[in-house]
Amino acid sequence: MSMTPYRLPVIPSIKKETYLSIYSKGLRLDKRDLITPRRVSIETGVIEKAEGSALVRLGNTQVMAGVKVDVGSPFRDTPDQGVLTVHAEFVPLASPIFEPGPPDENAVELARVIDRSLREVGVIDLKSLAIRPGDKVWIVWIDIYVLDHDGNLFDASMLATMAALYDTRLPDYEEYETGEIELIRDRRTDGLKINHTVVTVTTAKIGDFIIVDPNFDEESIADTRLVVAVDEAKRIVGAQKTGDHGLTREELSRAIDVSMKAAEVYFNALEEAIGRRVR
Amino acid sequence: MAKAVEGLRLITEEGLRHDGRRPDELRPVRMEVGVLENSDGSALVEFGKTKVMAAVYGPREPIQKYMVLPDRAVLRVRYHMAPFSTSDRKSPAPSRREIELSKVIREALEPVVLSEQFPRTTIDVFIEVLQADGGTRTAGVTAASLALADAGIPMRALVGGVAVGKIEGVLVVDVDEVEDGVGEADLPVAAAPDIGLITLFQLNGVLTREELDRALEMALGAIRRIVDMEKETLKSKYQVAGEGEE
Repeated sequence: MSMTPYRLPVIPSIKKETYLSIYSKGLRLDKRDLITPRRVSIETGVIEKAEGSALVRLGNTQVMAGVKVDVGSPFRDTPDQGVLTVHAEFVPLASPIFEPGPPDENAVELARVIDRSLREVGVIDLKSLAIRPGDKVWIVWIDIYVLDHDGNLFDASMLATMAALYDTRLPDYEEYETGEIELIRDRRTDGLKINHTVVTVTTAKIGDFIIVDPNFDEESIADTRLVVAVDEAKRIVGAQKTGDHGLTREELSRAIDVSMKAAEVYFNALEEAIGRRVR
Repeated sequence: MAKAVEGLRLITEEGLRHDGRRPDELRPVRMEVGVLENSDGSALVEFGKTKVMAAVYGPREPIQKYMVLPDRAVLRVRYHMAPFSTSDRKSPAPSRREIELSKVIREALEPVVLSEQFPRTTIDVFIEVLQADGGTRTAGVTAASLALADAGIPMRALVGGVAVGKIEGVLVVDVDEVEDGVGEADLPVAAAPDIGLITLFQLNGVLTREELDRALEMALGAIRRIVDMEKETLKSKYQVAGEGEE
């Protein structure tokens, strides 16, 4: 069951007015303009035991993504494909508004938006993850771990996921006559076959303004947010409105336009982190 | 999800769909309000074989006293699928999909419900998918809008929803399960056309910027028709009630 959030910090309306008056000058409280994301840094290979990992800092937001792989059975309806699973944890160390417990609707939504952004356009070639089609395939677990929540968890999580996937090296394995497969985790082999690169861009509608990459305070005064997933060919590969208000047609259109521009910043950061061009 | 039948073409040479519809044609739509006795408001909505029921309880005292807001009602929404609604039985335990859809449906209703008129109360909207054949979340929003109105809850406007799909390169409105299973993109949209607000917007799949604009245009056109049907449905019930013995 989904409920109107009733435990969010109370925002004085004067605070919102302050923000709006600064936006009307084309600026943000942290001196950014309205359509530029915060500083992005991406570090890969941060967890040696994971087959792939990345830590993303987007302003003061920190998100880690880890990729673990296993050998398992394929789904019955896709016997020749590997399995991709995205899971997100909003762990309580990241924010006073997070509580221990199973993922809430926000964590579930984030994981599912990222999952779809990867799946629908075919970021990972799932067929290349079949070891013995119909029998043994690679299971790829992407776990998103929010470490410090200063807003815009979607974009930071997507960058962390993408960087961790590029960082992933599959473990070596031994195939026995019985058909059993044993992983040799300390011997890594090939990377994943990545066909597309996707970033998400989150915009927030605050009053009449559309701003890119809202921080925590901005999210708490935002009317609503829009997440747009964009691939390297500038196609729109996913979208989600998230938040308690609506958008007019014009606002939606404006939000998509600025998102596609801001995607460049994320692509640049990602290319720098993985050390090659993807566009 | 339905599996694609090998070699089946979903768009004919005449540009028609597998069930004979034109790209901008809705399935046969049926709407009825006041279908349940216990709830304060209820509705049954069908788009073809998709059959969704919604019930509203409230504004009422919250079950848990701390789950209140001092300046408005708390809206609670649950989207849930009946185990028998799908080809393979669906476990009745809430799935991650249902958790997400409950959230986006609540957020599709929040902008229109005048919750500030009922501080410290709860308004509950329960949506049950009785038969799923594509477009259940948007049918759910439509049913919820009718049920809220049927419960007499003040609203800024009615909301309606529909999904636009891209099937074999063609944009089509109100995708059913067969089309959803093979489509390149699925764009569920809900909107309150009378106040010009888009209240639910998701894209699953790949579209160019230009296709997205056209798909949204188609969705908003269809939603206009759906909301008009909602109004007719409400009028016909309450006109009869006014003249009858109720």
